[in-house]
Amino acid sequence: MATKKFLYINRKPPHGSIYALESLEVVLIGAAFEQAVTLAFIDDGVYQLLQNQDSSAIGTKNFAPTYRALGDYDVNRIYVERESLELRGLVKEDLMPLTWEDEDDDWAEKDSIHVVGSAELAEIIEQQDVILNF
Amino acid sequence: MKFSIMVNEGPYTHQASDSAYHFTEAALRAGHQIVRVFFYHDGVNNGTRLSVPPQDDRNVCDRWSQLAQQHQLELILCVAAAQRRGMLDADEAKRAGKDSNNIAPGFEISGLGQLIDAGIQADRTIVFGD
Repeated sequence: MATKKFLYINRKPPHGSIYALESLEVVLIGAAFEQAVTLAFIDDGVYQLLQNQDSSAIGTKNFAPTYRALGDYDVNRIYVERESLELRGLVKEDLMPLTWEDEDDDWAEKDSIHVVGSAELAEIIEQQDVILNF
Repeated sequence: MKFSIMVNEGPYTHQASDSAYHFTEAALRAGHQIVRVFFYHDGVNNGTRLSVPPQDDRNVCDRWSQLAQQHQLELILCVAAAQRRGMLDADEAKRAGKDSNNIAPGFEISGLGQLIDAGIQADRTIVFGD
């Protein structure tokens, strides 16, 4: 099967609509297809990766812990737009740590999240074959 | 060129399904190939056979069925998104113990793998959303 570069762009907050949850479902299913997967979080999408989420007061499913499984699915290129964080008064430390184990480097635990500026993110978008927006 | 189409909004509330329909119809008319149309999120509601719009308006759901019939077009509703929203074919309804089904002709329920596969097969994947 041909290998393509898939980019999932997440622009919406984790709650308020179902886009974030159903996007994550696509990413997890898609991981089985062994394509080159990249995730980008832009605009309110950066809220999806916030630490210590608790949705109990609104009665919706808190699916935030599921992001931690991404490393096990070899989804380890996760780009968060710096400008989107700054506009919302957030820094990388506000986000949940997401890591993966590099089997080519003695299973060293490495950071999956990369904070990049919009210009660099534009270049990453440019390199993709299939872009799904959520 | 081979296109795959993703429709992420339901009929009428958003224009996404209309735009996707017009794009798909125009692409076919121009001799392009449509690998698959994949309906996700509220987009699965485009597959209902129970929509009854006013007579002086377009019928968004029927239009997809007709296009599928004319061009052997593959219209896929994501099963997980469909189940959440009460979109069931006869098999799904039976499995879930429901007394009815509501999928329009030409639509099929299948998994998210069909979306990834469509992206792999197509030269271009076009997403229609809000």
